Amino acid sequence: MEQILQYFFEYKEAIFIIALSIFLGIEVISNVPAVLHTPLMSGANAISGVIIIGGIILVGHADLSGFSLELVLGILALIFGTLNVVGGFAVTDRMLEMFKKKKK
Amino acid sequence: MDKGITLLNVAGFTVGDTLLELSYLVSALLFVVGLKMLSHPETARRGNLWAFGGMALAMLTTILLHKDGEGKGISLTNIWIILAAIGVGAAIGWMVARRVKMTAMPQLVSLFNATGGGASMLVALLEYPAAAAGDVGSIIVTVLGLIIGSIAFSGSLIAFGKLDGRVGDIMKPFMTYINLVLMVLTFGLGAYIVASPNPPTEMGWAIYALFGLSLVYGVMFVMPIGGADMPVVISLLNSFTGIAAAMAGFIYNNQAMILGGILVGAAGMILTLLMCKAMNRSLINVIIGSFGGGVSAAGGEQGTIKEITLSDAAVLLSYSQRIVIIPGYGLAVAQAQHITQELEELLEGKDVDVKYAIHPVAGRMPGHMNVLLAEADVPYEKLVEMDDINPDMPNVDVAIVVGANDVVNPAAYNDPGSPIYGMPIIDAHLAKNIIIMKRGMGKGYAGIENELFFNDKTRMLFGDAKNSIQKLVTEIKTM
Repeated sequence: MEQILQYFFEYKEAIFIIALSIFLGIEVISNVPAVLHTPLMSGANAISGVIIIGGIILVGHADLSGFSLELVLGILALIFGTLNVVGGFAVTDRMLEMFKKKKK
Repeated sequence: MDKGITLLNVAGFTVGDTLLELSYLVSALLFVVGLKMLSHPETARRGNLWAFGGMALAMLTTILLHKDGEGKGISLTNIWIILAAIGVGAAIGWMVARRVKMTAMPQLVSLFNATGGGASMLVALLEYPAAAAGDVGSIIVTVLGLIIGSIAFSGSLIAFGKLDGRVGDIMKPFMTYINLVLMVLTFGLGAYIVASPNPPTEMGWAIYALFGLSLVYGVMFVMPIGGADMPVVISLLNSFTGIAAAMAGFIYNNQAMILGGILVGAAGMILTLLMCKAMNRSLINVIIGSFGGGVSAAGGEQGTIKEITLSDAAVLLSYSQRIVIIPGYGLAVAQAQHITQELEELLEGKDVDVKYAIHPVAGRMPGHMNVLLAEADVPYEKLVEMDDINPDMPNVDVAIVVGANDVVNPAAYNDPGSPIYGMPIIDAHLAKNIIIMKRGMGKGYAGIENELFFNDKTRMLFGDAKNSIQKLVTEIKTM
């Protein structure tokens, strides 16, 4: 029990962020109209591409003195992440553009 | 790679570090505001741009300001490699996003989701050696990131394959047990890695085994899930990708990643539950996939099917006052959205009031029908949600069902033995006349008879939806 409490104490900031972000996520998209389900999902999907920062850090500090599997996989992670971010935002924008022009 | 990674941030103050953290704060706020704006029609497009701005900012400042555990920034050579990789990803992503057909949107969303999950999976895999040198917390988040990221990656690829028609549904009763075993094995191995007394350097085999196992589980998890359940699965996998990114955020103690990831995870989960609710099924039920197989032959008295000729249909539609079009996946398959819009416009020219009734799970992803019809220039005021149109259905002269089946099946109301019993449906059966456009007498995904087809008010118009509507338009024009 004491150990669990100790973990909570050590990671209290992280736990706070998780708890509040979950609440925020639920709050932010509640009552979203069905017409926006797809763009919202694909926009959110693009935001999950924030993992790209991990890719940048990995490749940024990778040892370039020789060929390594890590470097290759790191670059692959970066390409994947960018695909997710750029593709996701671009396709969401394209969908929303379609929705918009009908309003005229 | 970061040395001595820890969840606790105890680094001393430097201007660069502070600016970096500040930029992450701004990015995180832009994600929240962007997502909020995305959930309102008027602000959605701007919201998407704001969120993109947040992402671009975080990427830029990370490249310029990030320092490793020893205080070294990213060197110029590495920056070039990063920019090259980003350039490749951005070019491909942009091209695919601009060129893909709107009817292929569910596949594309799955594919992009797979890349996000794949990136998380690779980052977790590569960070494991460093994380293992840290505390238990770092190992836990790395292992979780690897498991969830891999499941999202392989699962989304299978979902992509299914939606693109490359992978068929494989539903066998024993698969439920295999999946259960796989799940226990995956998380068991993960727990073993976390709790193992062996030094982390000796756990290399275990981490690769976990990697492989998670990928297999992702495949097996999506494999038995059938077409009509796709909206649930797509949003669930979307949620997984967010959670995986958040786990990676913990590895780097990066608040923008944590907040962005959890935000997407929570939003995806809400959408998932919304989809489940629209089908009156629990998430567990969808995942186990008890739908489809072993359905009892309910409804003995079926009555007769009555067909309608094109000219009769044309007359009926032209002299109606109120028409509701109920689209389903068949509309997407036949690519009939443009011709449907033409029919709508033609009828409006004859002073007929035409609306579209949209079921929340019609199609293969949340909001699928809305996207298709928007592409065909249907104003979104004409798209009416199920709960709003149902009270009006008795006043509707003709309900035209285009490629939909289960979402208009009255068995949901009156057959407790039916697998879709209790699912909210669009009340097409209350309309004064019903025209059903269908390719043949095949059953819907649920594999059950639809008594609506045998209703006295129902007339069937067999054939490819696009073809039928095309002929109908010609017929009405020549009237």
